[in-house]
Amino acid sequence: MNYNWDWAIFFKPTGIGTQIYLNWYISGLAWTLAIAILAWMIALVLGSLLGIMRSLPGRWLSGIATCYVEVFRNVPLLVQLFIWYFLIPDLLPPSWQVGFKQDLDPTTSSLISVVMCLGLFTAARVCEQVRTGIEALPAGQAAAGKAMGFSVRCVYRYVLLPQAYRIIIPPLTTEFLAVFKNSAVASLIGLLELLAQTKQTAEFSAHLFEAFSLATLIYFTLNMGLMGIMKRIERKSRVPGLITMSAK
Amino acid sequence: MNTRVFTTTLAMSFTLMSQGGMATELTGTLKKIQESEVITLAFRDAAIPFSYLADASGVPVGYSQDIQLKIVDALKHQLDLPNLHIKYNLVTSQTRIPLIQNGTVDLECGSTTNNLERQQQVSFSVGIFEIGTRLLTLRDSPYKELSDLQGRNVVTTAGTTAERLLRSTNADQQLGMNIISAKDHGESFQILETGRAVAWLQDDALLAGERAKSRTPGKWVIAGKTQSHEIYGCMLRKHDAPFKQAVDNAVKALYASGEIETIYHKWFQQPIPPKGLSLDYPLPEEVKALYTNPTDQPAPL
Repeated sequence: MNYNWDWAIFFKPTGIGTQIYLNWYISGLAWTLAIAILAWMIALVLGSLLGIMRSLPGRWLSGIATCYVEVFRNVPLLVQLFIWYFLIPDLLPPSWQVGFKQDLDPTTSSLISVVMCLGLFTAARVCEQVRTGIEALPAGQAAAGKAMGFSVRCVYRYVLLPQAYRIIIPPLTTEFLAVFKNSAVASLIGLLELLAQTKQTAEFSAHLFEAFSLATLIYFTLNMGLMGIMKRIERKSRVPGLITMSAK
Repeated sequence: MNTRVFTTTLAMSFTLMSQGGMATELTGTLKKIQESEVITLAFRDAAIPFSYLADASGVPVGYSQDIQLKIVDALKHQLDLPNLHIKYNLVTSQTRIPLIQNGTVDLECGSTTNNLERQQQVSFSVGIFEIGTRLLTLRDSPYKELSDLQGRNVVTTAGTTAERLLRSTNADQQLGMNIISAKDHGESFQILETGRAVAWLQDDALLAGERAKSRTPGKWVIAGKTQSHEIYGCMLRKHDAPFKQAVDNAVKALYASGEIETIYHKWFQQPIPPKGLSLDYPLPEEVKALYTNPTDQPAPL
């Protein structure tokens, strides 16, 4: 193929201010981390809440959580992002609209859209895992808690959840990593995260393959690192004698 | 290798001049076209009025597409291939260069600026259009120049040369603009229309195209000083001199015969699909100069 390779491209000036292309990658990575961590916080809290709701015997609460999961799991992420970015701001009261669209820095409004989108989308997936974690426990666990005189809240707090979370650490890791990879959708609403900076580097320098190679390496290293952290958490949180140990 | 290419090039040019040689050995893209009897042309889906889809047929239309078809006609004649088959391949601003390089498409006439960075990867035909970078704003808006836009939201399409211009001007002149990079021209206009940005910096001809497509073309005006000039060219593979020469000759013939003015008139001064609105865009002096003195170099800074 007729390609002109130049691996030194990352150290060349971008022509904008005094920056080199590597600066763009660094700032892109910072945004990727910010999006993913904020979205994950929403996903973990909301997802856990919904997962507990789905496992409750009451019809109303589990019905609401089921509806939530079906809606957010069955609409493509990108469609959800465009709804958050283009549609929802237009549904706000007029005075808020001006504030959100014009007074707020566009990076901030993009960040809000993408964090909401990714957080709520991932929450649906976390919800399912929390529910399966709880349901994987033998019925006797909750029954024993009740027999001890625990309230429903205490049964969850002291008996079910501590075990359920330990069971679902591996699938939760997958979701955790997915948030970092899915954060790349933000590049489509003008947020200059890692993928957007990569595309920009490719376009400005006309060295597309080098630009995407570096992005691949960064995403890969980042996810390997996160996986290592999650493995550590899994090992540290292991309690001998619990159901989570019996599989080993 | 290079010497061989060079000798063949030389041989080719002689044959072209004498119009006779049948048994000459073709190289590169010309050889590929001769053997497969297929040429793959690139198109953009929404670069109005240069290269875009106007209906569901999948066949692109536009000013650059018409030029591209004229080049194909010339190739048919040169290679004696009356039944040369045309295959169309959609490209985006990100895929166009690699797809030319890896041989998926043979020729890309759209709205691609000829610049030095791209010349490291691909080759350009003589220029087919020259644009100026300007602003699109509301007719009654107070923002008509870049200097009016201090601290305001300004949109531009990601990956375009206008984006680069906007970002570097913002940094150099410390204007403090908030720059929104939209994913394509359609989305840039949407961001402008919904009030997220007060102005859109882009190639003036594309702005006219997007305006003609909008619901309320009368509301928008192309304003401000021209920030930079850029020449669009057709992209082809590097180190393929015989093909480049064939393409250049075809384009130059179009200019010399005056046929280009018919094509210009059709796309810039008459109603165009899909909305049947005219861009009302008189032939700019720069473009007229390009027709008189064709060049395959970038526009001077």
